[in-house]
Parts: sequence; structure tokens; C-alpha cells
Amino acid sequence: MQNCTLAQNNLACAEVSPQARATVWINAKRLSYQELNATIHEAVFGGAKVVEVENVNGQRYIGRGLNQPVEIILHGTPGNDLGCFLNGPQIIVRGNGQDCIGNTMNDGKIVVHGDAGDVLGYGMRGGKLFIRGNVGYRVGIHMKEYRRQVPVMVIGGTAGDFFGEYMAGGIIILLGLEQTDRPIAGDYLGTGMHGGVIYVRGEVDPAQLGKEVVVMSITPADEVVLDQHLSEFCRDFNLDYAAIRNKPFIKLVPTSHRPYGRLYAY
Amino acid sequence: MNSHLPAEFIVKVDHYRCRRCKRCILNCGFSALKFENGVVAEHHKCVACHRCVTFCPEQAITVEENRLAYKANAHWSVEVRKNILKQAEQGGMLLTGSGNDKPYLSYFDRLVIDACQVTNPPIDPIREPMELRTYLGRKPDSLGNNTAWNKKIGLDTQLGPQLKLETPIIFGGMSFGAISLNAQKALARAAQACGTFMNTGEGGLHKDLYPYKNNVIVQVASGRFGVNQEYLDQAAAIEIKIGQGAKPGIGGHLPGEKVNQEVSETRMIPIGTDALSPAPHHDIYSIEDLAQLIYALKETVNYSKPVGVKISAVHNVAAIASGITRAGADFIYIDGFRGGTGAAPNVIRDHVGIPIEVAIAAVDDRLRQEGIRNQVSVIAAGGIRHSGDIAKAIALGADAVAIGTAALIAMGCRVCQKCYTGNCSWGIATQRAELVKRLDPDQAAERLINLLQAWSLELKEVLGALGINAIESLRGNRERLRGVGLDDTSLTILGVKPAGQ
Repeated sequence: MQNCTLAQNNLACAEVSPQARATVWINAKRLSYQELNATIHEAVFGGAKVVEVENVNGQRYIGRGLNQPVEIILHGTPGNDLGCFLNGPQIIVRGNGQDCIGNTMNDGKIVVHGDAGDVLGYGMRGGKLFIRGNVGYRVGIHMKEYRRQVPVMVIGGTAGDFFGEYMAGGIIILLGLEQTDRPIAGDYLGTGMHGGVIYVRGEVDPAQLGKEVVVMSITPADEVVLDQHLSEFCRDFNLDYAAIRNKPFIKLVPTSHRPYGRLYAY
Repeated sequence: MNSHLPAEFIVKVDHYRCRRCKRCILNCGFSALKFENGVVAEHHKCVACHRCVTFCPEQAITVEENRLAYKANAHWSVEVRKNILKQAEQGGMLLTGSGNDKPYLSYFDRLVIDACQVTNPPIDPIREPMELRTYLGRKPDSLGNNTAWNKKIGLDTQLGPQLKLETPIIFGGMSFGAISLNAQKALARAAQACGTFMNTGEGGLHKDLYPYKNNVIVQVASGRFGVNQEYLDQAAAIEIKIGQGAKPGIGGHLPGEKVNQEVSETRMIPIGTDALSPAPHHDIYSIEDLAQLIYALKETVNYSKPVGVKISAVHNVAAIASGITRAGADFIYIDGFRGGTGAAPNVIRDHVGIPIEVAIAAVDDRLRQEGIRNQVSVIAAGGIRHSGDIAKAIALGADAVAIGTAALIAMGCRVCQKCYTGNCSWGIATQRAELVKRLDPDQAAERLINLLQAWSLELKEVLGALGINAIESLRGNRERLRGVGLDDTSLTILGVKPAGQ
């Protein structure tokens, strides 16, 4: 605990928010994840509205166990399971993310200014997950929605295989803004999908699709959804909205809400 | 083409005794009885759940097996032939409920417990205290005690969170969805009264169970249904469900018809949608990944409660258990191939997995060889029928056992194996309001309390006969077991001597 600097600095967050808010700075250098998370916890329960952590280097589970509407700004690369079971806080990563971001997330928002790894938003039920760059495999598996909780995931770059597998609800938007050799999404896109919707900017080879999804064209209602989430995405990353909308989107939806309803004999 | 399968059972109504009160018709959850100038049975709908038989005030109903004369064939049994006909008609997997009903060898039935005679006297549990209390959780490698002359002697070692069981029996995971809320309430009340634990299964936690939070283990399964911070907070322990004895290696599937308003609320999914649990956790493809989830949960609850892992018994269970222990789990719940289920494909339930007896022995051996047995508690489950099975499971190396089917039978289940239909006439494996209300949670809880009390008394008698006075002295004490009619290899795997030696 000696390595962290807990200091009240009301002016440091001027660019983050127009109001002067209580900001706590933490230096994560040489802190284990247990020490770092306990320190963040302590700061939040001490009344901090913004927690800025510098020198983040692979510490896992940041944001765990927090229900407060706090803003956590991370400088560096947080470790796996960032924002697992997240329930309210806003986490901004000024760097790349690793695997399992937003695991079983319930509410809140995670914004990653770089690339991120595999298994993002697994079992995610609510909140928002915005990734500026590319993501790995198994992203958005088993996202689901419940009543007014509709999780939203926007990926700026491309995605690997099994994107949106087993998806049961929520909204995923895949933009493919990064110039890479690989296709915008990998194979088995939406396999086992039985709820929710995936929007893809551009085209997808039908051979890449799971057999439980169909491609639909965009309706005016979809335009409203895209507009709402993409303008927020552009604000967060300072991107040109018009440039993103210059390419048409396709929509992937499940063929059935009960893909496995006819597997059994009675 | 319809297979025209004959009825499995014949419902006989004694019209001389019947006073046409129609109670049987109201009681049948499967609509097998109707009234046409008298009670008429639709035999093919009967599942032999005995609800009508039990509640007929005149005892006018009997249910018999339809002993239709099939041509005898030792290989092509009647069941096999019927199943082929059914599948040729419908083209689907056969679905079933409850546990494996096939006549596999029961190792429990081939093991006998030792007793004391003359040279080391038995203990009389009626007069002398017998300790059944068990603590589940990680135990330290060594204990440091404070021995400074001027201080009160005490333990220096900081113990991790432990679950305190007054008797080494917990209730296994049965989800709200698979069983009714009244059944879950009964389990929770009984767990609280007996100082033990019930397990929510993977269906989330209904708010009505919040008052029992100190006696509830919550499950985190691959579908993550109902899992959020609040859910994790309302529990005494957390269990990561990897597998289930009745269906090792396959996922779960609660059909949309069972997802009503209340089930939808606890699972946090829309009404009427299928609740699909993928076969693997997609964030767990290795022991390292498992460790990551274990510590994600421990971090989230601030290391305040034990986190365990439930797996089904498979042939390399010992190596897996070692990995789970090293991944940081506080307990391992191993479910043998006789474990029950709300719904599973017949082929998986009846043919996949290994018996719990050999799994306990293999796991206990391996963890001891590696010197890590103290780091984890082992819960054994999968077909535990009576206190004899419990004593044998503990002697083979388990810390405690979990019961599921036995608890349901205590509440009235007749093991008709139709849990997957959701029509349970006893109000247990159903969400139909008119059926659920038949199960009074208080009465059912009382029956569960009685069962645990009876088994605890019997366990004390067994301990007394063995001349030991604490369940701890029985754990892994295979010297006090003997095998009857088991081959050498089985005896070696179980680590027990043959009777007579």
C-alpha cells in the first residue's frame, strides 16, 4: 500500500467533467491486483467520484464489487476480467485491454481506447462496452437482455471467430474501421444465436455465418438504434460520425428464438 | 407414421368403490383421467406418479405396469424397442428426468462397514457425544499457535472462509425452473433449521429466499443466469458449475414454456425464451482460466465466502480435481453418474460418466499423494440413498455429501422421471401454479428436517459401532471398509481390502 498516492485533486478532472469533482489518483506501479483493487475500493467508499490510476500493468478484476456511479480512468493496460460483474461504474482505458472485459456485466460502461482480447462481454446483461480497435475470439458470447437492461457492445475494428455466439439478447455493432487483411468478423458468426441483434458495417461472407442467423436489411427503426449508439461511440473516441455512416450496415438476427426446440422426442 | 405404442401403465378404477368425487381427475398433472359418466383413464398418459392413487378417498384406484406380452428378447429389451419406435416417429433425442435407472453395479452395495468387537469397544452414541460437525473450506498447511507465556493461548493462523455444517449433508443444486419455488423454500427452511446448506442451481435466486442467505450456496454456471453482484452477496458460498453427474459435458436447456414471469425474474431473461446454458463456460478453457473466474468471484465478494467448483465424475477426475485445488477452489463438488436432473438426453444420463464411489477414492488418493488434500473440501454426490451410502462416501474420502433425489423423495417425489415435462403432480418439478401450491413449504421442510435428523442419528450409530466419536475420524478411513465380491482392480482403485482380510 505504500506505493500508491492517494491525493485529493479537484482540478485534475477538469477535462473529464465540467464540474469540479473529487478525484483520487492511484499509482498502480508494483501493486498486485489485490492491493490495487482494495485501494480503488477504499477510494470509492471514501467518496471519490473519479479514480485515475496510472501505470496499470496487467492487474486483473479492476472495477469488481463496485455499485457506485464512479468513473475509473486507467492509464496503461489493465489485466483480464476488467469490470467483471460490473454494476454501475464507468471505466475508461487509455490503452489496450486484455481478455474477458465486462464478464457477466450488469450495468455501467467500459470504454477501451485501444485493442482488446478474447471473450469480451461474456454473459453480459446490461451496460455498454465500447472498444476502439480490434478484438479477439469469442466476443459477445451469451449476451442477454432483461426488461430495460439491454447490453450494447460497439467494436471499432474487426472481430475474431465465434463473435456473438449463443447470443440471447442485446445489441452488438461491428464497424471494421481498422485496415487489416482479415475479414471484418471471423467464422461461426452468431452460431446458436437466439436473441438480440448484430449490426455489421459492410458485408459478411455467408460461409462465415452460423446456421442460426439470417441477414436482414436495415429498417428505419434500426437507423435510430445505430444513430443513438454510434453518435455516443464517436463522442467517446472523437471520431467522425459521418465517416462511419458512409458505408451501409447489414443486420444479423436469429432465425428462431428457440433454435433447439425440436431436438427432442417425447 | 404413428408408432401406436401401447400404454406403459394401466390405471384401474374400481367403479364399485368410486364415489365419483373427481378428486383423482383434479389431482392428475398429466390429464390421464377424465369424467364420462364415471372416471375414465387415458392409460397412455399415465406416468405412475401415484398422485391419484394416494388421494382417492376410497382407495379405488390402482396403477399397474402394462404387462403386455412382448416376445422375450434379452438383447432387444422392451424399452429399447419402444425407444426406437418413438425416435423413428419423432426424430429427436429422448429426454428424461431424475437419475440413471439402469442396473449398473453399485459399489456402495459391494462395500461393508467395519465394527468394533471385544478388543476395541464400540461407543454408545446415546450416552456419549458424537461429533458430526464439518467445516468446508480451505485449511492451512500448518497451524501456528501463540505460545508466549504471558498470552492467552490461541490460534495465530488466519483461516480462510469456511462453511459450518452441523451434519455432513447438504442439498445439491436444483434450480428454480427445474423445481418449484415452494420446493426451493422447503429446502432453504430445512437447511436453516438443520445448520446446513441448500444450493440454488443455475437458475438465479428468488427474493423469497433472501432471508435464508446464510444457508444458501449460489451457482455460477455457463449461462450466468441471474448472476449479478446482489446474487453473489445473498449467499454463504459460491459454486462454479462446470458439470452435473446426470449430464457430464453437455449444457443445460430450460425450455421456454417453463420460463414464466417468476422464473424470468430470477434468471433475468425474457418470459418464454429458452434458457440455454452452453456446455463449456466460454471464459474457461483451462485450469488457468478457471483460476481466473474463481478469483474474479473472490475479489468481487472481498474474499468473504468460499468459492467452490462443481464437476461431474469422469475418468480423469483426479487430475481435474488437483487442478481445481491448485486453481484456488475452497471446495470441489463431485457429482457421480447416478446424479439426478430436471432434463437430460437419455443417452447421456444412462451412459456417460463414472460412479461417485470410484471418483471419491481416486480424487482423495491423488490429492493426498500431492500433499494438497487439506487445501480443499470434497463434497460427494450422485445417488446417495441413505446414511449407509453417506458413511461409505465419507470413509472413501469425502468431507460431506450432497443429496438431491433423496430430498425430493422426502418431499413426495415418486421418481416417475417426468421432471422434464413440467407436469409434476406433486408440485415439485413444475411451474404450473395450480400444481406448485400442492407442496406446502412448511410441511415439506419438516419432512426434510426429519430425514436429515434420522440420517444424522444413524450416522452417529455407525460411528459408535466403529468406535470413533467424530465424523472427521471417518473421513478417508478406508481401513474401516471392506469389499464384498469386488474384483482386485476395483478394490485397488477404491483402496479397500476384501472382506475377510
